[in-house]
Amino acid sequence: MNMTSSPLVSLTTPKPKLLRTTSRLTAADRLDHLLVRIGYRRDQHRVDPGLYALGNPTPDAPVFVTSNYTLSFDALRSALGRLDAYILVLDTKGINVWCAAGKGTFGTEEVVRRVWETGLKTVVTHRTLILPQLGASGVAAHEVKRRTGFRVEYGPVRAKDLPAYLENRRATPTMRHVRFGLADRLILVPVELKHRFVPMLVAAILCYLIGGWLSALAAVTAVIAGCVLFPALLPWLPTPNFSTKGLLLGLAAALPFALAVVQLYQDWPLWRVSGQALAFLLAMPAATAYLALNFTGATTFTSPGGVRREIFRYIPAMAWTFGSGLLLAVGLALVGWIGVA
Amino acid sequence: MFNAYENNSLAFDPQVCTGCAMCVAVCPHGVFEMNHRKAVLARPRACMECGACQRNCVAGAITVESGVGCAAAMIHAAVRGQKEATCGCC
Repeated sequence: MNMTSSPLVSLTTPKPKLLRTTSRLTAADRLDHLLVRIGYRRDQHRVDPGLYALGNPTPDAPVFVTSNYTLSFDALRSALGRLDAYILVLDTKGINVWCAAGKGTFGTEEVVRRVWETGLKTVVTHRTLILPQLGASGVAAHEVKRRTGFRVEYGPVRAKDLPAYLENRRATPTMRHVRFGLADRLILVPVELKHRFVPMLVAAILCYLIGGWLSALAAVTAVIAGCVLFPALLPWLPTPNFSTKGLLLGLAAALPFALAVVQLYQDWPLWRVSGQALAFLLAMPAATAYLALNFTGATTFTSPGGVRREIFRYIPAMAWTFGSGLLLAVGLALVGWIGVA
Repeated sequence: MFNAYENNSLAFDPQVCTGCAMCVAVCPHGVFEMNHRKAVLARPRACMECGACQRNCVAGAITVESGVGCAAAMIHAAVRGQKEATCGCC
């Protein structure tokens, strides 16, 4: 008698629902990645959570665990190539593995829940889950083992290292190390720009009304310096703190504006020229430094303690210099309008 | 000169360590290394306080005040009057 058709068996062990996927990325997937990278509906790039079959996995095929963010899921499945495997997708609300682990949604509870819910024990004969290393801040391997019987094995940081990892199930120190290279930083720029675009536009219009086109251009420059130049130049900017890195970059961006004032307004009295130049030198570095400090969340190495110390140390100074620069600009504009000069 | 990242909250007790090497596996910055069947702090200043080592240390030899290392999230929490920073953008 065929056991799988027995009603008793199907009643006690319901056939696990198995979703299917491939390792091939389609044009639609590429478009989705592009939309993620420009920040279009950022929390809507989701995969259905559950157990997926990649290729034609047998009961001894490896099980990989990932988040239900399309970039994470796609990085995993495309890296696996022609391998037959299972992919267990956790519900991380469309957030990537590392961020979700930090929040706890890529966590012990969710791993345990998904293992039971998908009936994984009836699908595979072995008891090993391969998790991405960066999921470890949310998952306690020994807890998962105790509550499901599955041993957690942490694979490499990057999915593309999986083929090399799978050769002997060993990650080299390089595979274990998270990096933040130029490409990793530049790919974040469109989202940074998108976040700052409307505030930048408002600031530029206000600055135009206060100080004309040069001031409007200064506002745009300070924002571009903070969210385009800063990520690009990060490792080469001096000082360890992000605030001071940003301050120096902002100062470099403000210098041409100070010089332009001297060049453009030769008919102004000295106090007005120097006042306007000073306004740029005060407000622009503060704005760029603030944006630079906000970039800490996108990096792969800043500690919460360090960021907190930076906030307490530098935010008041940023507020004061920005405020005085702005006041100076408004004051000078008023003087200009009343016609004192 | 002031370096906000010079110190961190990572503490490791070698007396309690059982040498399972889980911390070496999970740390994304190579903070731990194995030496004579025990973990050692090889690069403590590289710690970003992600908390992966503490969570995966069965022996409980590691403590670290982990959290979100993001100024935007912390400023947002401070403005909203929340005690703990949770990030909304990543």
